Amino acid sequence: MNALKFIIKYQIHDTLRSKWLIIYSLFFAAISYGLLSFTNDSGKVILSLLNINMIIIPLASLVFGTIYLYNNRDYIILILSQPINRKTLYLGLYLGLAFPMALSFLFGTGLPILLYIKNFKEAGAVLFNLFLGGIFETFIFVSISFLIATLNENKMKGLGLSIFLWMFFSALYDGLILITLQFFREYPLEIPSLVFTLLNPVDLSRLLVILKFDISALMGYTGAVFTQFFGSGLGFALSILSLLLWSILPLLIGLKNFSKKDF
Amino acid sequence: MIKTEKLYKKYGTLEALKSLDVVIKSNKLTYIVGPNGSGKTTFIKSILGLVKPTSGNLFVDGTKLNGIYQYRKNIGYMPQIASFPENLCVKEVLNLLKEIRSETVKYDEELIHLLSLEREYDKRIKNLSGGTKQKLNAAIAFLFDPQLLILDEPSAGLDPVSSSILKDKILRDKKAGKTILFTSHIMSELEELAEEIIFLLEGSVCFSGEKDELISMTGEKNLERAIANLMIGIKS
Repeated sequence: MNALKFIIKYQIHDTLRSKWLIIYSLFFAAISYGLLSFTNDSGKVILSLLNINMIIIPLASLVFGTIYLYNNRDYIILILSQPINRKTLYLGLYLGLAFPMALSFLFGTGLPILLYIKNFKEAGAVLFNLFLGGIFETFIFVSISFLIATLNENKMKGLGLSIFLWMFFSALYDGLILITLQFFREYPLEIPSLVFTLLNPVDLSRLLVILKFDISALMGYTGAVFTQFFGSGLGFALSILSLLLWSILPLLIGLKNFSKKDF
Repeated sequence: MIKTEKLYKKYGTLEALKSLDVVIKSNKLTYIVGPNGSGKTTFIKSILGLVKPTSGNLFVDGTKLNGIYQYRKNIGYMPQIASFPENLCVKEVLNLLKEIRSETVKYDEELIHLLSLEREYDKRIKNLSGGTKQKLNAAIAFLFDPQLLILDEPSAGLDPVSSSILKDKILRDKKAGKTILFTSHIMSELEELAEEIIFLLEGSVCFSGEKDELISMTGEKNLERAIANLMIGIKS
């Protein structure tokens, strides 16, 4: 376990110093500050932030994650020639990237909000869920990106797959659900649409925020059904559970691949 | 001592190692030679556990390799190309490795001094030249005073001064009782250093034995010609 601590420590050092992470934080800070300057309505700000986060975080996590593993291949070989378990290294690389990325989102978005904290007096819970969702997104999509990189030797193929997956989860997915629901409109569709929501991590993190808002109109069909069916307490617990599964499962499969892989 | 039993590795349809049976003796300088794509790197990487054999067994000092990693504390590896996290500085990379191998307390920092790497301690990896990275790579392989040294083309990318420093270090460590395994394409180096030779060709062992044995077997006057003879002999 000591080795894991050291790998994480140095990976975090490395990631925190990289230019793209600084740009990533500045981007969030600019968006957050910009939105706050436009309006005093905390609800509007949170919803806009939510929509931007749900697009940017998966994209950045997937792309950075895949590139990170491909670019560090020789470094991975060097570390693996040391007396260290492959699992330890994989977890170290994962946490060493996901932590700084989550932090950078948290500070980038959070600092401007702190400046305007008086606007958010009543929105504490929603705000908390917004950050929680963003952090989950980071951990989930970094773990998926690592899985993609361990499955594909070819850099271009891995990167292409990452971008496709991002498009799929943030745009195509909702469209496909609508088509399916339209096609089967003669049947009761509550249960299938709930299942659909649980199968998309982006929708899940969106739900986290929207469940607290109590404005079903804003959350699309699946969200509306979700609140109706579970109410916000159970709905919240269920989405957290699914988000946890989404972070752990790809990580475990990736870990298994990484342990068997040839370098 | 490293021993393989019918070591076989297949990448897709490509057979990289075909049932290899070799013994690498302790306290010897063994040189692995062979044309490009003959399985040298795959063999080295199997010893390090970087490549998992399709079938067959590999023993390092009597320990069978099957997913274990502790045996690597006795190994120092210098890969052909090394890369380090580019935003860390040299000192931090060395500290990282020292912390990973925390059970080693006695460091061999001779190469760090001889290659004057101390001057680069505070530089970020991304600002180092290719040659300096290679020097760091060499210093790391020797840092933990390992019993077994595996050097993949150690002189590639080093300037003549550093290359001879490294060569002297290899000879000194050999005298101190270490096992050294290396590949190189520089024949003069091999002439000077090698004691045992393993000649790989298309994933099979073509010759394995002492240097003098190879020379006398082919009837040539030096190693370079003997190896060339061996390569031509197989082609025709």
